[in-house]
Amino acid sequence: MKKTAFISAAAAAVMAIGATAANAATLEDVRKNGELRCVVSTGLAGFAYTDSAGVYQGFDADFCRATAAAVLGDPSKVKFVPATGKTRFTILNSGEGDVLWRNTTWTFVRDVDVKLTFVGVNYYDGQGFMVPKSLGVKSAKDLDGATVCIQTGTTTELNLADFFRTNKIKYEPVPIETNDESRTNYLAGRCDVYTTDASGLAATRSTFPTPKDHVILPEIISKEPLGPAVRQGDDAWADTVRWVLNATLAAEELGITKANVAELAKGTNNPEINRMLGTEGDLGAMLGLEKDWVVKVISAVGNYGEIFDRHIGPSTDIALERGLNALWTNGGLQYTPPFR
Amino acid sequence: MNTTTADHDMEGRSALSKLWSNREARSVILQILTMAALIGFFAFILTNAVANLAAVGKTFSYDFLSTPASYDINQSLIDYTSRDTHFRAGVVGLLNTLLVAICGIILATVLGFILGVLRLSPNFLLNRISYCFIEFTRNVPVLLHILLIHGILVHSLPHPRVASTDYNIADLFFLSNRGVFAPKPIMEPLFWATIIAFVVGIAFTVWFRRYAKGVQDATGKIYPVFWISAAAIIAFPALVYIVTGAPINWDVPEFQRFNFKGGMVLLPEFMALWLALSLYTAAFIGEIVRAGIMSVSHGQWEAAGALGIKRGRILNLVIIPQALRVIIPPLTSQYLNLTKNSSLAIAIGYMDVVATIGGISLMQTGKEMETMILVIAIYLVISLMISAFMNWYNKRIKLVER
Repeated sequence: MKKTAFISAAAAAVMAIGATAANAATLEDVRKNGELRCVVSTGLAGFAYTDSAGVYQGFDADFCRATAAAVLGDPSKVKFVPATGKTRFTILNSGEGDVLWRNTTWTFVRDVDVKLTFVGVNYYDGQGFMVPKSLGVKSAKDLDGATVCIQTGTTTELNLADFFRTNKIKYEPVPIETNDESRTNYLAGRCDVYTTDASGLAATRSTFPTPKDHVILPEIISKEPLGPAVRQGDDAWADTVRWVLNATLAAEELGITKANVAELAKGTNNPEINRMLGTEGDLGAMLGLEKDWVVKVISAVGNYGEIFDRHIGPSTDIALERGLNALWTNGGLQYTPPFR
Repeated sequence: MNTTTADHDMEGRSALSKLWSNREARSVILQILTMAALIGFFAFILTNAVANLAAVGKTFSYDFLSTPASYDINQSLIDYTSRDTHFRAGVVGLLNTLLVAICGIILATVLGFILGVLRLSPNFLLNRISYCFIEFTRNVPVLLHILLIHGILVHSLPHPRVASTDYNIADLFFLSNRGVFAPKPIMEPLFWATIIAFVVGIAFTVWFRRYAKGVQDATGKIYPVFWISAAAIIAFPALVYIVTGAPINWDVPEFQRFNFKGGMVLLPEFMALWLALSLYTAAFIGEIVRAGIMSVSHGQWEAAGALGIKRGRILNLVIIPQALRVIIPPLTSQYLNLTKNSSLAIAIGYMDVVATIGGISLMQTGKEMETMILVIAIYLVISLMISAFMNWYNKRIKLVER
């Protein structure tokens, strides 16, 4: 009798775990846990890395904070869940993470077959190559016979195979699990070339002892729209994350900044700003959030341009230009549907 | 409750308790209950997994195995391109696993026996060196050994450009942080003569050993079996090779813009994994061998010595055959451990079966369940095969009871 009780208790426990993993109102779970479990990179300068105090910093990390600010009202209530290229989807799909902000490329298979929902693009990227200047390589097509370090389990691995195949040149791939190990192997000369998204190359190069000795080749061999993803099947949660990203973009477009958001939240004569900041209508309630959710987001991390400039922009070591990531009004691709 | 049911209940209860107090019946009941619980547990896990997969809209299917893998693999024993299927990529990984496991088992066994014998050596220095090596190696996790050796190979060996001029043997062998490069033999048709000579040499040796044993049993005359065997297996084919005009071409590695081209290469990932697994396992085997030899009573040495047999032959004929009976069963576990530990290859990017089908294929297709089941099944089959072979060998050498 005792045994049966134990077994049914265990079964109930496992069933309960199973249930949360499978179907979930993620927003409620996050509220219940009191923290947002945000899946990020194990370490990529500028995007998600731990600073000297052991705190996650960076472009993606700040979007995690923005999401937490919107949902929980407090940007510090984030539990960062570091994941490698290989473990990230399993972590998200098994329910160990609530949202993935991990420079992850939006692809057909991931969207459809891996059962994720990509909710937007926070960085338009493309795969590039970095080589030591001393090799005198001018183009990726000169790389016949080169050894290439690559992060395994990423789309870059497939693009690389296709690029070398279509150009009929040979190479030796050295598959490596994390960005840090790739860096070590590249600097030790295990490989001639390091390939990943161009933003990742710039970020990694900024951590080298002598960044000037390395060049990023002109070829961009793929489209890599990097964006946040959530588990498929929870549309309300997908909407929440999507509109957090959109809010940072709209804020930049409308000139709402970390510095002036408190002032603007008192009311302006621009109805769109008023709707966003909750002084007119109640868009927040439609998402199940507080009225002032955008105010919390912007006062925590600033608008898209501020986040960009703070972590990866021209004034940082990584020194990425806005390029494709400029607002559509400035000739870029970043565009948000209206807050209406 | 009326009396009839109460009586009935009492009767039923006493029948049950009778059954329970019967020892045999009780054990059968317990076994049935245990089996039922186990089956129930696994059935529950399985249905739960299927239900959860269905809930996120994933299907369970192995169709992805026949689609193109689309990724490249740097070490392959068979032809492979990125256009081949996931299945073939898995086979490439499996062969790489087997390669490192077999090479590792051979090297670990040789090193282990040497360490075990040294450990028993009366020479203080040899004895202590062996002791320190064993204690250091087997008390550090094998993953650290792998990372350490890989780090040493990649960081301390020179770039191929330097290796091409400074770190070579006769401009044929090159030692670099991209691996050890060596000339690759390319056979001409006449080389078959040498291969045939080699096979003939082995056949002759088998026959000759039997013949020599017969002569020794009958007359006591001892032939120099070792030297004659060596001549048949090595010298004879070598002679044929020279007579047929050395029909092998060597593809010598040559440094080009980035790396050596041509020749054969042992990648640093393979070397690191191979050496680390071998050294680590050899330390355990050394202790097993020492225990095996010590388990043979000293009287055996003395008895054989009293018969006037030389020390080397005592070891070969009397001690080792008895020691093997103690050594083989734990040795089997070590072989299994080595094979399974080879899955740590993932840490340094050696493309074994976990890295290909259980790594990149998993990632690119999102089929976690399917690929993991496949990888588990593969390791299970390899391990069971090693076990079966070692059990067969153990039976063969066990004490023949008359």
